[in-house]
Order: sequence, then structure tokens, then C-alpha cells
Amino acid sequence: MKNLGYFFKEGARNMFSHGFMSFAAIGVTVACLLIMGTFSLVAYNANENLADLQRENAMVAFVDDSLTESRAKGLQSKLEKVDNVADCTFVSRQEARDAYVAEYDEDDMYKDLAPEVFRHRYVIHLTDPDKISETKLLVEEVAGIDEVRADEVISAGFITIRNVAGVISAALIAILLMVSLLIISNTIKLTTFDRREEIAIMKMVGATDSFIRWPFVFEGLLLGLFGAAIAFGLQWLLYVAIANGIGNSDTMQLLEVVPFRKIWQPVAGIFAGAGVVIGVGGSLMAIRRFLKV
Amino acid sequence: MIRLTDAEKTYENGTRAVRGISFQIDDGEFVFLVGPSGSGKSTIIKLLTGEIVPTGGRVMVNGFSMSRIKQKQLPLMRRTIGVIFQDFRLIPGRTVYDNLALAMRAVGASPREIRARIPYVLELVGLKGKENNYPDELSGGEQQRVSVARALVNNPSTIVADEPTGNLDPARSLEIMTLLERINALGTTVIVVTHERGLVNHFNKRVIYLDSGRVVGDATGTYEGVAPQ
Repeated sequence: MKNLGYFFKEGARNMFSHGFMSFAAIGVTVACLLIMGTFSLVAYNANENLADLQRENAMVAFVDDSLTESRAKGLQSKLEKVDNVADCTFVSRQEARDAYVAEYDEDDMYKDLAPEVFRHRYVIHLTDPDKISETKLLVEEVAGIDEVRADEVISAGFITIRNVAGVISAALIAILLMVSLLIISNTIKLTTFDRREEIAIMKMVGATDSFIRWPFVFEGLLLGLFGAAIAFGLQWLLYVAIANGIGNSDTMQLLEVVPFRKIWQPVAGIFAGAGVVIGVGGSLMAIRRFLKV
Repeated sequence: MIRLTDAEKTYENGTRAVRGISFQIDDGEFVFLVGPSGSGKSTIIKLLTGEIVPTGGRVMVNGFSMSRIKQKQLPLMRRTIGVIFQDFRLIPGRTVYDNLALAMRAVGASPREIRARIPYVLELVGLKGKENNYPDELSGGEQQRVSVARALVNNPSTIVADEPTGNLDPARSLEIMTLLERINALGTTVIVVTHERGLVNHFNKRVIYLDSGRVVGDATGTYEGVAPQ
């Protein structure tokens, strides 16, 4: 650790002495992180929007017709105990009727609709919308519940869309990570090739492999972190611009974009982590061959 | 101490560079390793520095068995040897001071130790005041002195010089050999690979003559006195 300053200084020196390659490596890292970040943030926002839609896709449990309103209300505590039920709201047949009429308020034919046509019901929201089928079965088993309606097809559609977006996102991240890793590795290879004589001399005087390796690791680390920092800044600007565009658009008002200030910390952490992995990984890949002296 | 016992080295292409060589170099000795091209001199140097491993026999260098040495022990073994090359092998973009400091830093010396040791070594090799010069600002003889200083800076028990005067004129060659003799007088073992008869004869030291991978002469005296007739 007493050589930490030396390793850092040497790493920085290497980086600046191969200015063009370092510039190229940082540029490619920025491009890869930006593409990765943009796609991940799109996937994240899509996921959030889908989750909202899924949450809104509530389950409705109809109470047995033979139960009075007070007994129907008594089912609330039983339903709340069912696994995966986040909340449930009682809707009396009168409230259901009023809501129905209000929905069709321009149509006079529903004005005289009797509340008895409707049943008392519970609107149920789920903790994990993916388990809609299992929860439906459990709710149906509650005594006093006559029927449960849940739109499983819509729910399954949401899950499919989210999973496909997740897979595409993961595949893109893996590919771009590899590309960045190879570019950084090639930059460090150039440095090590340029300094092969120096490495051979250091080996000859008794330097350990780790002593030789560390400056290159620092160089990779610096390249990765520089790339990550620039990519993060650009990502921020891009995200805010897209969010503003969506906010001002007439056709995309339905989409809810998570404000960047709410997610900047994890995004910064992920960018820094990716920069470290790309930089350090790339340099370790490059230096291995030159240590065999 | 260096001891070779029936040492063999056959390269992967089938070339038998060293064929059952045995000799011992005691601590504090000064030895010339001579012989024609292809006699196995360079292979012996590589065996001593751990660049290659023997394919047979034993090679002991300052307590390390070179046929069984582990990768992790190699740096420790190399710290007992200072190597001087014919082409100096100085790092061009670094000053004389930095070239020496790098060698010290590589073995874990502290900045204080580096600051204390380098001026002493530079004075020893006659390069006081050249600390801030770059290698290309120095003459060939001076560059080789820096190379000697670098070999000395970690205070090794043995100096191995591979054709150290090959790129120098006769006057500079004599200077370097005299310097090595002075270092030897301080207690360091010195092994010099050379083909320059005049220098060997001038110093009247132990001479090991190699030919076709074998020792064909080993005695103190002149080149001609050891070389087979």
C-alpha cells in the first residue's frame, strides 16, 4: 500500500502518454454506457408504468347475494388476511349502482336502475400482481364470496411485455459490456506493449507480478471511471430532455417518467460500478500475457 | 554461491545448448565466462537469472534451486542478482535517477531509502551530478555505468554482466571492467560474459571457457591460457 501513490501516478502517466488511445477508450466506454444506460432506463420506466397498470388492474370479489350489507362488510378482515392481498375496499350494491349510472350519465335509461341488480363487492389490489391466478383461487375459498373476476389475460400480457423488455435489456448490457471490455483491454495492451522493455527490466530486478500489474490496473480504472463520469453526465441531460419531450407531448401524456433526481444515485452507482468492472477487467485481460518473463 | 551440477538445457526445437556442465562460483569471486558464439554462454546467463529452467542436472543460485524454484520465489531470487546487459536496457523516458528509483521501488524500497541510496551508487559509478539526465543525453560508456548502477542499487550479492562492453570503445570498455573489479573488491560476486580477449587478459581473473555447451577450460589467467589449443 506504500506504493499506492506511485501506482496512481504511473496509471495516470500511462493514460496521458497514450492520449489518442485513451481518448478512444473513454469514448467507446461513454458510448457503451450511454446506450446501456438509456436502454436500461427505458426498460425501468416501462416496468414502472406496467407495474402501475398492473396495480390498477384490480380483482373484484362479489359477495353472496344472500348476505346482508353488514355481514358482507364483515368479510373485510378475512379478505385482508388472504396471502398477497395488499388492500381491499368494500363497495355496496348502492355504491356500485351509483358508479354505473354515473359512468353512463348521458343515458337516461339507467336512472331508474334498482340497486338490487348489483351485488355487494370488494375491490382487491394485490401485492404481487404476478400471482393473480393463485390469489384468485384463495379469495374464492373465503366463505361468503360468490365469484371473483380477475383479468388474467391482461395481467399475463403485462408480465410478458416486462419479461421481454428485461431479456432484451440484459442481452444488450452483456454485449455492450463485452465491447467496452475489449476496447479498454486493447488500449492497455498498447500501453503494456509500449512498456514491455520496462516490464522485463522490472521483472529482472525482482519486481513481483502484482507490483507490475497495479499501474495498469489503475490506468484501466481511471479510463473506466472517466468514461462512467462523462456517460453519467450525458445520460442525465438526455434523460431530462426525453422526459421533457414526453411531458410536453400530446400523444404520450399517459406515460409517467420517473424524475431523474429520484434515481440519480443508483444510476451513478451502476455507472461507476460498470466503469470499474470495464476498466479493471480490461486491464487484467491485457496485462496477463506480458507478465510471463 | 553459484553451483551447476551436470546442468543441461535442451530447447523445445531440440537444440542442446548446455550439455552436462558443472562448475562452482564462490561468493566474492570474479569470473569471466568466455567462448565462441553458440557455446552456451547466454543460455547459462538465462539459467542463472531464471529466464529459463534447466532440463537436467542442478543449478543453484544463491541458495535457490533453479529447477524447482516456484514462480512466487523468482522475484526473491532475482533480488540477489544484478544484471547488466550489452545494450544497457535503460528506460528512455526516465531520468537516470528515475531509472534507478524504479529498480528500488520494484523491490519495495521506501522513498527515504531511495533518496539515500541513489546518490551513493551514482558516486560509486562516477556519475555524480547526472541524476537528472535522460539516457539519450549520455555517452555509451555513461549509459553502461547507469546500467551498472541499476544492477548495484539493490545491493545484490552477485552481478551478472552479459557482454557489458560489447557496444563500447576499448577505453570505455576498460573503464567499465575496472568499475566491475572495484565492485568485486567490495565483496560482490561478479560474472562477466565476454568475447574480448584483451580485457580478459588485462584482469588476470578466473576464466571459464565454454564450447558447444560444455566447459572445456577453467583456470585463472589469460584467455589463451584457458582456451583449448
